[in-house]
Amino acid sequence: METFSYRHKADRRSTGSRAQAIVGVVASGNLEVLVERILPGTECQVEVSTPVTGFGAVWEAVIADFVERRSPGGLKLSINDGGARADTVALRLAQAVRVIEEEGR
Amino acid sequence: MTTWRKAQAERDARLEAGAKLARGKIVEARDATRLLEAVIRPGDRVCLEGDNQKQADFLARALTAVDAARVHDLHMVQSGVVLAEHLDVFDKGVAKRLDYAFSGPQSTRIARMLFGGKIELGAIHTYLELFARYFVDLTPNVALIVAVSADRDGNLYTGPNTEDTPTVVEATAFKDGVVVAQVNEIVDKVPRVDIPGDRVNFVVKSDKPFYVEPLFTRDPGAITEAQILTAMLAIKGIYAPYGVKRLNHGIGFNTAAIELLLPTYGERLGLKGRIATHWALNPHPTLIPAIESGWVEQIHSFGGEVGMEEYVRARPDIYFTGADGSLRSNRAFSQTAGLYACDMFIGSTLQIDLSGNSSTVTTSRIAGFGGAPNMGCDPHGRRHPSKAWLQAGKEADPDGPAPLRRGRKLVVQIVESFGDKNIPIFVEKLDALELAEKLDLELAPIMVYADDVTHIVSEAGIANLLLCRTATEREQAIRGVAGYTDVGRGRDRKMVQQLRERGAVRWPEDLGIDPLDADRSLLAARSIEDLVHWSGGLYAAPSRFRNW
Repeated sequence: METFSYRHKADRRSTGSRAQAIVGVVASGNLEVLVERILPGTECQVEVSTPVTGFGAVWEAVIADFVERRSPGGLKLSINDGGARADTVALRLAQAVRVIEEEGR
Repeated sequence: MTTWRKAQAERDARLEAGAKLARGKIVEARDATRLLEAVIRPGDRVCLEGDNQKQADFLARALTAVDAARVHDLHMVQSGVVLAEHLDVFDKGVAKRLDYAFSGPQSTRIARMLFGGKIELGAIHTYLELFARYFVDLTPNVALIVAVSADRDGNLYTGPNTEDTPTVVEATAFKDGVVVAQVNEIVDKVPRVDIPGDRVNFVVKSDKPFYVEPLFTRDPGAITEAQILTAMLAIKGIYAPYGVKRLNHGIGFNTAAIELLLPTYGERLGLKGRIATHWALNPHPTLIPAIESGWVEQIHSFGGEVGMEEYVRARPDIYFTGADGSLRSNRAFSQTAGLYACDMFIGSTLQIDLSGNSSTVTTSRIAGFGGAPNMGCDPHGRRHPSKAWLQAGKEADPDGPAPLRRGRKLVVQIVESFGDKNIPIFVEKLDALELAEKLDLELAPIMVYADDVTHIVSEAGIANLLLCRTATEREQAIRGVAGYTDVGRGRDRKMVQQLRERGAVRWPEDLGIDPLDADRSLLAARSIEDLVHWSGGLYAAPSRFRNW
């Protein structure tokens, strides 16, 4: 088991008012993302827990791109990984932001 | 004195030896091995029929049982190395040399035997290339073929799975070879004559029906969001702008996703009738929704597909069918159609290097080629124009004089940047090169050469190699769609940005595609059961694909 923690400054604060959301499942080749609106301003934090070792550089690149593309200011995202591929991780992170930005649920 | 009939005399001697075991042309199953010992001579070139679909499995078993003291040093010239028996004959010393095209299911064992020197390898071919050699320098002395039924004159009915049989028989029967057929049953009158009886010397009724692999059946339930994204990119970024009407699809899940997106995503983009109307394609179950929605005009098939028999029979406007109503497939003709009459080949692969060479060989697995390199190449003998072909040619050579400018076949590799077990598809050096060194091959087994490939699609975007003018641009375009692999992370960000501005690299956002829209709800069918419903109950899914 390997864990990583990344802190970034996003361009803007995430929209919407939901406090938290979960997307995905912890299954082989998949992952679960818990997203919480608990950070001040445009701060963003991503915590990773993965059973696959040796992919640190890939995680770092995926998360940097995610912050640049989806601007998740104010959000903390916790990843429980089941050995997902990088593109699946990127997709779940984007889905997590979309769900927490949705109104009226 | 010169004799001009030596081969005929030899064939007649073989036929006479075989006739002792036959009543007319019919030989009992229990005498099959003795028949082979009678008609095959040491050192013969033997074609044991079998491809990626149907198998002459009964005759394969019979051949493994021959006395190696009598029958040995055979040179096997066959499409597929698929059954264990195809390699057992080498272990038993019956066969020695091999020329073939496809070895999917035996890819690990054949690699081991090649490394161990158990097999003397001629070459790994494409189907059409091997067929061509049957008529030049690899003509079989004996062909062991397979059909559904035979009459007592040896007329054969091959049913939907005609596949390679006419080609193999043509080369063997008209060059003084011996043709032995296994059939499921012997009947008074065959439903249609696929092979005329005067080309068939012996017929054996096998103990059970011949094996057919449903290789082209993809369960929509297993299609991932990333594959759907690659399908959206391909449709919007390649099919639409080139107006690709005539095409061939590989067997992967990415192209299955494209087939299932035509009636949904394709419809929404207003592409019906403008793309994907004429096909060289097996009867893919995943194309049923597009056919039922009126997208498809015509399909010619290499072979049959298990479970699709009744559906095809009920859709003769779409498929090629015989007087008996069932599918007529023909691999040689369909491969020719894929080579010369299609404007696009799109298929998957296991490794792509920085120039765009691709290969499905890894150091421990040799899967062969099948038909992909034949369809996945730009045929220089082509002379007829089409919109897609001319447009691709213009992109590659914008300044050349139009009337002298060759068009280009669209050869598209569609992949996800990481494959099974998180193994990167994009690599600095292909395993095929290492294999060539280890086996001392003069030619590395390359599936699609860099100078043939025009586009690479991954979940990260599309690289249009036609628009790349230098080797460096090409490399950066490939890195630009290599996602988070080492190759992708090693890209020159500034140069990739410039390539995006020129359209040589297009990321999802450049095409107005949000990866978040790549959802399974876009698939016209989400399960095999859905496909059965789409077919009006005509598609009879094989039991291994049924969970209801």
